[in-house]
Amino acid sequence: MENINTTIATSEKKDKFLEVLSTLDFTTENPTFLQHRITSQNELNELDFPTSKTEYWKYTRVGKIVNNTYTLGQPEKIDVSDFLIPNLDAQVLVIINGHVVADLSDFTSVDGVTLTSLSHAKKQNFEGLKKHFNQFTQDKKEIFLAFNNAFHTDGIYLEVAKNKIIEKPLHIINITTGNNTISQSRNLFLANVGSQVKIIESFVNVNGEKNFNNHVSELIISENAIMEYNKIQDKKETNFSIVTEQVYQEANSNFTINTATFNGALVRNNLNIEVDASNCETNLNGLYLGKNKDHIDNHTVVDHKKPHCNSNEIYRGVLDNESTGVFNGKVFVRPNAQKTNAFQQNNNILLTDNATVNSKPELEIYADDVKCSHGSTTGQIDEEAIFYLQSRGISKKGALKLMINAFAKDALERISIEALQAYIDNKIEERFI
Amino acid sequence: MAYSEDDLKKELKDQEYKYGFTSNIESEVIPKGLNEDVVRLISSKKNEPQWLLDFRLKAFAHWKTMVEKRWAHVSYPEIDFQNISYYSSPKAKKEVSWDEVDPEMKATMDKLGISMDEQKALSGVAVDFVFDSVSVKTSFQDKLQELGVIFCSFSEAVKNHPELVKKYLGTVVPPTDNFYAALNSAVFSDGSFCYIPKGVRCPMELSTYFRINEANTGQFERTLLIADEGSYVSYLEGCTAPSRDENQLHAAVVELISLDGAEIKYSTVQNWYPGDKDGKGGIYNFVTKRGICHNHSKISWTQVETGSAVTWKYPSCILKGDNSIGEFYSVAVTNHYQQADTGTKMIHLGKNTKSTIISKGISAGFSNNSYRGLVQIHKNATNARNFTQCDSLLMSDQCGAHTFPYIEVKNSTAKIEHEATTSKIGEDQLFYCNQRGISTEKAINLIVNGYCKDVLNKLPMEFAVEAQKLLEISLEGSVG
Repeated sequence: MENINTTIATSEKKDKFLEVLSTLDFTTENPTFLQHRITSQNELNELDFPTSKTEYWKYTRVGKIVNNTYTLGQPEKIDVSDFLIPNLDAQVLVIINGHVVADLSDFTSVDGVTLTSLSHAKKQNFEGLKKHFNQFTQDKKEIFLAFNNAFHTDGIYLEVAKNKIIEKPLHIINITTGNNTISQSRNLFLANVGSQVKIIESFVNVNGEKNFNNHVSELIISENAIMEYNKIQDKKETNFSIVTEQVYQEANSNFTINTATFNGALVRNNLNIEVDASNCETNLNGLYLGKNKDHIDNHTVVDHKKPHCNSNEIYRGVLDNESTGVFNGKVFVRPNAQKTNAFQQNNNILLTDNATVNSKPELEIYADDVKCSHGSTTGQIDEEAIFYLQSRGISKKGALKLMINAFAKDALERISIEALQAYIDNKIEERFI
Repeated sequence: MAYSEDDLKKELKDQEYKYGFTSNIESEVIPKGLNEDVVRLISSKKNEPQWLLDFRLKAFAHWKTMVEKRWAHVSYPEIDFQNISYYSSPKAKKEVSWDEVDPEMKATMDKLGISMDEQKALSGVAVDFVFDSVSVKTSFQDKLQELGVIFCSFSEAVKNHPELVKKYLGTVVPPTDNFYAALNSAVFSDGSFCYIPKGVRCPMELSTYFRINEANTGQFERTLLIADEGSYVSYLEGCTAPSRDENQLHAAVVELISLDGAEIKYSTVQNWYPGDKDGKGGIYNFVTKRGICHNHSKISWTQVETGSAVTWKYPSCILKGDNSIGEFYSVAVTNHYQQADTGTKMIHLGKNTKSTIISKGISAGFSNNSYRGLVQIHKNATNARNFTQCDSLLMSDQCGAHTFPYIEVKNSTAKIEHEATTSKIGEDQLFYCNQRGISTEKAINLIVNGYCKDVLNKLPMEFAVEAQKLLEISLEGSVG
């Protein structure tokens, strides 16, 4: 009997979500893309919110998110100057509650670069968008992904033409506002053959508690292309984020993602990378700093399907107060993906006895001529190192700060944008004063 | 032509199970099927007291409500629990003297290379030989009795030491623990019981040999081992099973209790019939093994797993007491279409608890070999320490090696390290050996032996020999 009751309860929660989201009007949408939404709405009938029994959500309870009642987030005009990165020369685009706000954005058009809102791109029926939109996000049996597929509002569409190298990074500021609002933003970044691009996306919040952003980005890196995607998650108030990145790499491509999570009542990152051709390089780096009752969950999947690829993964966490950090990294090596080199590492520091770390680094390997390894550690700052620094005249507090900073900064060394690196270093230092 | 890796692969492919034979001893088998009456019948056949029947019935009632969980990285067809006979015992009555033992059974043991004669000769190993489900012969009883050590079959323990069995049975692995533990609790046939009194250091290695003999007879052993305060015991368990075409189910439960200051060393060599080279037949080995450590005590699991079609086994330690230690050393070899999902759980509850996990997986043929482990540090487990190393060696391009560690830490003073590597035998390593005049076959042997050495070193001497033999059989051509 008990089972039956809980099923009813969770499907009621789903209906509550559907009730709010179905007020969105998509009747003017390009029929090609409308069809995607309908398919995913049908898929939603089969899905339910994860419970403690769902292995993929083992360490993260979504109760806080799904028990809340939401209203739709609306576009607003707000001052975004606080969220700009000092000394960074970038194209700035602003998304507020899942809507692109052109007035607040600051960008100039560049030859060979299509940079616009996703809704505009759909109207224009761009070839690249038609080909790749929803290409790898359908039928994943993930309820939050299906919700975004079916009811996403807007986001950024970026296409970089063949062999075009963009020097100036793109900075997307993705803002949520208001109490109990729900927003579902969606981006698609397409780097065509031989192109190069750097992207920064800040996930922040202005006024408001318990708002929920369910975000999806699709990233396609074509042959010989290089993409760097930097993600900063810094919502100071009690808000919820579920962020899914679906990455697809073609031959000889290079993809780097850096994720820095500074705050979040509940943050869940689903990073799925399909490496579907040879000679690719993939770098996944992450830093998560938890405090108070934060819950930060990073799930990554690197799926090596073809031979001769390298992947490198480092995630580091420092957890204070009653915060929880979750790391679940999975490396697949498919039967034909010989000569794969995959490395995966997760290091954690617990600062209090009320903090928790759950680490689950996984390898699933079906090819023999590979070098795959992973490591996971959990510990505390080395007492002897602190003593050494103290003996050199550095205060205990100063020594601790030095050690934590060194530990944290290490994870994000691969950021190639200097201004961003300085900005993040500064944020780490501010945190551990 | 020189011996090449291709030759090795071919040999591995064609390798058949060496110990496949059936001995013809009349057995008393109850009809297939499982219901409450069968549980009562098993209990009455063994003249069990009411409390044990109640234990079985309660477990059976719970089992009926459970659904088999399929989270392990193995696949096998649905098991028809009504198509299994839950009890079989050799017709021969319990023998008093060694001479009266059925000669055919003696021959069986000879073929296994573990004959009583050999055992007697070999530095005093007491063997509790489980032929199918009933213990047939127990030796060295007198010497153990002098020290107060109790080492007997489970049914004897129920008869002679009910207070101990009643006190500890089901305390480490409750009947409700999981699907197969519940099934075992309801229908267990026999097994071994061992009690080491306070402060006694057991002078010899205790060992039990299990063997499935009767066709379609699932074996459900139950082992209960209690080491009282300050005692020490080294316990060996090993098994071989004859060739059969139908899959046989083996669902054992092992419970270890290590009281204050005690130490238990539990070693297993598992070589159930793994199925033929096309993946037909073979044993399903679904085992629940768990030990509990009180203050200053230690439990050490060592296992060499080479057999079974499907293995699902996680020998675990609950480090309840302060300063307790848990260890897990494992070599798991899979060949042909074998599947293994094995590992351990280290649950740190007490202060200053330590655990070490060393797991070595070797996969060949079309097999899949997974390590699945849990390290859990609870909030009050100050200064807990864990070191985990799990390496996998891949010997064909059709096999799989997987690692699924779960690390859960709730205390800031904990130090947890986990590392895992997956690779094949390096061509440069082989080349280096060749260059120094070592043939490829010997080089592979050398490398695999070196790879497993950390674990084999932990086995008692007699077992280390057998373990190496089994590695040879499982990977003949590559080893020795």
